[in-house]
Amino acid sequence: MSVAIEQRMRHHMKPLFLDILGRDPRTTVVLADISEDILTDVIERYPDRVINVGIMEQTMISAAAGLALEGFIPIVHTLTPFLVERPYEQLKDDFIYQRLGGNFISSGASYDYSIQGMTHHGPADVALLRNLPGMQIVVPGTTEEFDSLFRQAYANGAPTYYRLSTEENPAPQDTTFGKLTVVQRGTQATVIAVGPMLGRVLEAVGDLDVTVLYCTTVAPFDAETLHAEQRGDAVILVEPYYEGALVPEITAALEDRPVRIKAIGVPHQILSRYGTYQQHNEALGLTARGIRDRITRFLQQPTRQ
Amino acid sequence: MQVQANFDTVKRFMSLATGDEKHEPSAHSTLDIIWTLYDRVLRFDPQNPRSEERDRFVLSKGHGPIAFFAVLAAKGFFPPEELKRFGTWDGILGGHPDRNQVPGAEVSTGSLGHGLSMAIGMALGLRIKRSDRRVFALIGDGETNEGSIWEAFLLAGNLHLPNLTCILVNNHSSTRDLGDMAAKLTSFGWTSTTINGRDHEQIYQALIQQDPTRPTAVIADIAH
Repeated sequence: MSVAIEQRMRHHMKPLFLDILGRDPRTTVVLADISEDILTDVIERYPDRVINVGIMEQTMISAAAGLALEGFIPIVHTLTPFLVERPYEQLKDDFIYQRLGGNFISSGASYDYSIQGMTHHGPADVALLRNLPGMQIVVPGTTEEFDSLFRQAYANGAPTYYRLSTEENPAPQDTTFGKLTVVQRGTQATVIAVGPMLGRVLEAVGDLDVTVLYCTTVAPFDAETLHAEQRGDAVILVEPYYEGALVPEITAALEDRPVRIKAIGVPHQILSRYGTYQQHNEALGLTARGIRDRITRFLQQPTRQ
Repeated sequence: MQVQANFDTVKRFMSLATGDEKHEPSAHSTLDIIWTLYDRVLRFDPQNPRSEERDRFVLSKGHGPIAFFAVLAAKGFFPPEELKRFGTWDGILGGHPDRNQVPGAEVSTGSLGHGLSMAIGMALGLRIKRSDRRVFALIGDGETNEGSIWEAFLLAGNLHLPNLTCILVNNHSSTRDLGDMAAKLTSFGWTSTTINGRDHEQIYQALIQQDPTRPTAVIADIAH
């Protein structure tokens, strides 16, 4: 069963940043008035290298690019819509076009901040960012995985997005940046669970004879492992953001095979209800039971030749 | 190789570029400033364009880079013949500068309102490195319509960045009346001065000034 752990990943930025800034003098942190309360100790310990620009997200990204131009490794953080959607052109022009490395850590995945309304929801983040050539996208499913994947990727010279969520899987997996993890092997179908969907997916597939692959690096996507491990003719993709973002990667990886693909994720709807994260999951069919129903229906569909 | 070039040489180099996408008025309004900057103010080595010891120049507005390209050619960053290939498939010079293709271009620009904020990041980086090198960013009066420019005005003033100079070239192309920009920037925490953007001596005197605690704004007026 999936468990919601309130803001664990977000709070982990404090020990992670304290450690990384202490080890690596090239690292800088750029904030836009979000999470300074969590990061007070980091700000006080490294006043030169932690800059809170204020509520100006465009300049937050551009100034981080300026730091990267001077040889630093910027770590930029704010809430998802203000990190991805508002300064999208700054990400494109100031990092991608310049060919600069940097790290972008969001808080508030999809409808994590369920009572705040659509302005604070961010289900489009992965679909938007995968349209930026060279942008790496990391979707950790636990705090431990965030820590590990960040350490693996933060200094690799590419711009990298880390999608933090309040939802976490019950247990961390061994995750390698850029690689799918084989969680279980089966013969009838292949299920790809992205980030915090793994807990619900494992509960959903239960006794089904399916392969489960776990994806925490969405870009670059590990086509090689999918190609090697794919079984059956059905591929089910379970994503925690707007459904279907990874379908192009799957079709490209399996272009030499006849497969049926089902994408399960956040539907493209205007979400205007409040309530809890769990209530949204129930309404959108993204509980373990809802996911199981959709997987079994898909597997039972006759294939038309 | 450093070319022995004067201002007339640069104007001749500008004429080498052909095509409809040169942003002619924009290029000509920045010419005197960029020339004076590279001829008398900036420290740089055309043989080592990314040297740590250089001053940084960011053409924030990106438009009309022909003057910029001509000055770079005059100062030996690349051969002037490159200007003849402006905008062509095999050339490195396009309608807006690409730092990964043009030796001496610090930042790829074009979309308005990016460069000044990037220059702030560069100035912060130099401060962390305890470098005394300076960062100059050139923006246009039309560019100041962008909200991000006002973010940058506010932030640079608050951060007390003496190593940052913003040159606002006012060729009166802004749709919106800007009012007294020097007064506005002073109120944002900058030290500001307004000069004739065609007068090389005024440009030089304004650009060598540095306030020890504040960023510098030079409003360079270009008469109609």
